[in-house]
Amino acid sequence: MADAQILPAPGRRQPRVSRTAAWWLKDRIFSSPFHVALSIVVLVGAAFIGQFLLRWGLLDAVFVASDPAACQAAKGACWAVVYEKHRTILFGLYPHSEHWRPTLAVCLYLVSLTITLMPRFWNLRGLALLWACTVTAIGVLMYGGLFGLPEVATSEWGGLALTMIMFTGTVVMGFPVAVLLALGRRSTLTLVRSVCVTIIETLRGVPLITILFVAVNVLPLFLPAGSSVDKLLRVTIGIAIFFACYQAETIRGGLQAVPRGQYEAAQALGLGYWQMTRVIILPQALKIAFPAIVNHIIAALKNTSFVMIIGLFDILNATTSVMQDPVWRKYYVEAYVFVGLVYFVFGFALSLYARAMEAQMKKGHH
Amino acid sequence: MLQQNVSTTAEGSRAKNAIEIGSISKWYGTIQVLDDVSLDIATGERVVICGPSGSGKSTLIRCINGLEQHQEGRIAVNDTELDGSNRALETIRGDVGMVFQSFNLFPHLTVLDNLTLAPMLVRKLPKRDAEEIAMQYLRRVHIPEQAHKYPLQLSGGQQQRVAIARALCTQPKIMLFDEPTSALDPEMIKEVLDVMLELAGTGMTMVVVTHEMGFARTVADRVVFMADGRIVETGRPDEIFGNPQTERARTFFRQVLKH
Repeated sequence: MADAQILPAPGRRQPRVSRTAAWWLKDRIFSSPFHVALSIVVLVGAAFIGQFLLRWGLLDAVFVASDPAACQAAKGACWAVVYEKHRTILFGLYPHSEHWRPTLAVCLYLVSLTITLMPRFWNLRGLALLWACTVTAIGVLMYGGLFGLPEVATSEWGGLALTMIMFTGTVVMGFPVAVLLALGRRSTLTLVRSVCVTIIETLRGVPLITILFVAVNVLPLFLPAGSSVDKLLRVTIGIAIFFACYQAETIRGGLQAVPRGQYEAAQALGLGYWQMTRVIILPQALKIAFPAIVNHIIAALKNTSFVMIIGLFDILNATTSVMQDPVWRKYYVEAYVFVGLVYFVFGFALSLYARAMEAQMKKGHH
Repeated sequence: MLQQNVSTTAEGSRAKNAIEIGSISKWYGTIQVLDDVSLDIATGERVVICGPSGSGKSTLIRCINGLEQHQEGRIAVNDTELDGSNRALETIRGDVGMVFQSFNLFPHLTVLDNLTLAPMLVRKLPKRDAEEIAMQYLRRVHIPEQAHKYPLQLSGGQQQRVAIARALCTQPKIMLFDEPTSALDPEMIKEVLDVMLELAGTGMTMVVVTHEMGFARTVADRVVFMADGRIVETGRPDEIFGNPQTERARTFFRQVLKH
């Protein structure tokens, strides 16, 4: 009899338990003395930090001031500094009168990126065309020299546009290299494998700054005299290779998690190595490694700030330099909070997108 | 040894050999898993390979399509010798379909995409033709309605039938089955064996590693009994089940035929 009550009859729905707020508080927040103590500490801490941030960042803050003296009097944050310096923060050394060009470039880029990330537009030919147009347009806008636009050398590029360009360059150049390195590391051909292992282990073992130093100062010594590869390009390639070495190991993890039977079934069907890799193995490996892959991509976004060593002013370094201004210098915290927010917006957007994709993939393949 | 006089089919007519295995040996490191195995299989012949686990039967049939490499001896499939070249491997894999114990369907592709993949990539058929062939074979394994599902949405028996259809879509001349029902729940074994029986009825050359003795009795022209990496005995099913010549085979069949 008892059994009949415990086991629901087939087709009967699981009974719904209605839960009150009081139950939730008791169950989740105040269930034991330790729990009570912990909850109180966390709540008090959160309240303390919250009220500080609210007062400093909002209530006592100065939002508009043409003169730092106005900030001097206030106890809160001086957000006016962000407005005062936003041109340099966002555009670096780019000529002041041409700021509309990087602005338009960033907008174009964001539109194309948004389109690319949406599964409904996943059509190889269309996207290739879109990016060919976007890259050309951004190139023309940033370089100039055409259509009466004054020329702007890459050494003058800066701010958000520079960060975007380097980040995209890193991922676009680095990812295919990462895939090849990962495959090479698992190759049965000894030579291929040892070359890949050497590259990965060597470059992963040194700090990024060393690689950039080599790309900027040492590499030109080996290039034939008279030939010059753009500094920005060299640095982006350096960051891309560093990214590729880390990403290769992530992808290798995914490759190793694909069951052997998948390889065997593909081989038994007569698929060649590249067909098998492209259609059967990589899609599954990249799906398995997806969270870790996104992790490295977000890290790559922030690694772009290393270009300071060659005197380029990405969004972070532009901020550092503009805050040398003795008049506004005191308010560097506010400026960095703003830059932090810009990074956060992009990083978090990537995270959210990745999460949505993961959910999508789970739905698709079970 | 009995295998010397058995390169003929059950009907006794001498047919062209689909598979010729001549004295192959194979080692994993220092462990020998195949020891001087010779077996010729005629076109249209159905051979069941059985034996205790670890006897080398799976390894043997995996050598036939080059999933494993033998170190000594010679294997030829429809007169193409497995010589380590990619060309030979391509030719042989084009002729040989394989069904695995664990199905090995591609989980990220729909059933239909699983089936059309090899015809489109290897035989370069247009999508439309490949899909037509795929639907034809899905009907033959009785699950055309599952074409647009993903493999993991199907039952084990259905998955194995899709795997059989996938192998058939490349239009092979020979089918290898590596314990096709061992991973299945009892109630699903029959639906897979039925499909295999139907396939046998079409005259397909089949090499089946299995412990399903009922299937062997109905379908096999010849049963090969292996132990310790060697072929111990071969014979017609009634001969080998009814009157095994060796003690190894007697012990084994007593156990598997009991139920």
